Amino acid sequence: MLRTVRDLFRYNLEFALGAILILIVFAFAAASFFSPYSPMDIYVVAPDVPPSWAYPFGTNSRGQDVFWQLTVAIRNSLLFGISVALMSRVLSLLIGLVAGYAGGITDRILMTINDTFVVIPLFPILVLFFFMMRDNMSWPMLAIAMASLGWPYDARLIRSVALSLRTREFTAMSVFSGMSTRQILVEEHLPYVLPIVFSTTLNNMNWSIGLEVTLSVIGFTNIETPTIGTMIYWANQHTAMVAGVWWWILFPVVLVIMTFLGLYLLSVSMNEYIDPRSRLTRMGGQA
Amino acid sequence: MRTYALYLVRRFAQFLLVVFIGINIAYLITHLTPVDPVEQAISSVTMFGQSSPEMVEVMRKTLRELYGLEGSPWEQYVSFWRRMATGDFGPSLSAFPTPVSTLIWQALPWTLGLLVSSTLIAWIVGNFLGGLAGYYRKNSLLKALGILAMSLQPIPYYIVAFILLVVFGYLWPVLPISGGAEMNIDRQGFAFAASIVRHSILPVLSLVLVGLGAWFIGMRSLVSNIVTEDYVTYAELGGVDRRRILFSYVMRNALSPQLTGLALSLGAIFNGAIITEFVFGYPGVGTLLVRAVNSGDYSLVLGITSVSIIAVATAILVIDIIYPLLDPRVARS
Repeated sequence: MLRTVRDLFRYNLEFALGAILILIVFAFAAASFFSPYSPMDIYVVAPDVPPSWAYPFGTNSRGQDVFWQLTVAIRNSLLFGISVALMSRVLSLLIGLVAGYAGGITDRILMTINDTFVVIPLFPILVLFFFMMRDNMSWPMLAIAMASLGWPYDARLIRSVALSLRTREFTAMSVFSGMSTRQILVEEHLPYVLPIVFSTTLNNMNWSIGLEVTLSVIGFTNIETPTIGTMIYWANQHTAMVAGVWWWILFPVVLVIMTFLGLYLLSVSMNEYIDPRSRLTRMGGQA
Repeated sequence: MRTYALYLVRRFAQFLLVVFIGINIAYLITHLTPVDPVEQAISSVTMFGQSSPEMVEVMRKTLRELYGLEGSPWEQYVSFWRRMATGDFGPSLSAFPTPVSTLIWQALPWTLGLLVSSTLIAWIVGNFLGGLAGYYRKNSLLKALGILAMSLQPIPYYIVAFILLVVFGYLWPVLPISGGAEMNIDRQGFAFAASIVRHSILPVLSLVLVGLGAWFIGMRSLVSNIVTEDYVTYAELGGVDRRRILFSYVMRNALSPQLTGLALSLGAIFNGAIITEFVFGYPGVGTLLVRAVNSGDYSLVLGITSVSIIAVATAILVIDIIYPLLDPRVARS
């Protein structure tokens, strides 16, 4: 495992870049535990101070230190992404594995539902959800809502792997040796699917953080919880761009782009690592 | 012909299922959440005072009927569907008594225009450049484009829209950054059309920039796989014109998976269009949706959600109908 990571780091530029970006972002999030201010407090420092040695990212119009505010915000955004990704992984694994293994009518039904979920426009539905919840809208609620909508694409991927596993000999062996379906899926098939699960987790995190930012920017989430999206929301509310408080928006935007790019590069290099054909091309062979 | 008909029937069934499941999700959200839309609507009206208890009672009764909250759960469900099927979303609360459907009809052309033009531009440009990049792998300019496309791809619409807004709104103000067209202009003729185009440049550009990357990368990898196929090598050895190989042999075969992708991406592009509209104050469905939420307009929010589900499903159905005409293998499989 460690050796794989070291090799990837050395020979795969995307992986190295992605890993560095993500490490910076995580270090930033970890710094939030040393924050001298409570993230919810406002007017703890002088407002609208441009970046300086005392305040490296400046302070915002609400009297918060942008640097420390950002550390908490990125931590919450990451946590959000991770929880959505983990929850939706359970659904996509369950549906993908079962559909691939069972085949026939079960597969047909599950995949029809799956395709339906792929094309339904999520944004209006999430807005409707926010609209109904309003003041009861909490962070875990949104995560659950997104997780229950964010599984279908990856379920299809997992199913395609499960389909090929089903026809392999070791599956037939397991069936003849009397393993139950659950045992076969969990003990035999799951390990083969895990690499894909890992790379789709990264994509799913990107997707959910992006959607959360988008919703927050128009104020359609719990705006009191500091996330990257709500930071931009408050900056917009105080017309930070027009007022010339550019650092209030610039630093969250830069950090969130770093996050997206890092996760994306990691998942791309992960996919490439999983797919041996592209690894051969990289090494100079003919695919 | 028979296989095509069969294919059409299957696709249509899928279309109905998408609409059915989508609207059921909307129903579940509105009926399972602890919030009562009627009480919410009433509290937002009574907030401004001047309403006697009798008036509130009358309003409550009308609204309950309107929202189908009368009777047993099953009766509610049936009446909900009956209203959805006839496209009756009731009157808008914030623009009373204009019906919700009228508001949506007014906003829909703007959104459609934005979506169709940006989707087509992104798809065509992305596939063309991606195809070139896959074929001429040594070209450094195309390589740089690949890196650019890759780094643009994971960035959400909002950020790109925002950057464009800052660049063209404050740093170099040459383009209108808000609205769909000039306000004080005759609503017809060439000047109006030109104004619409000018106002759409930035929103379309932001959608295209984000959308482009995925097509570029997808096409590039498809083409670089096809290039290694025997028939391409054979054509190259046979001295067929390189350009002809690229366009008629390679790209043509790579296009059909990209067309499926087009259908799949529509839902996502639609989400992007909504947020883009909000950023640029474009008079489409997105802006309408945000305004509806902010003014507590339940019927309008529900109406837009349902219409957007139907619109996306229809668009995908149309693409699926065209699809087998380009690639006959699809209908048979």
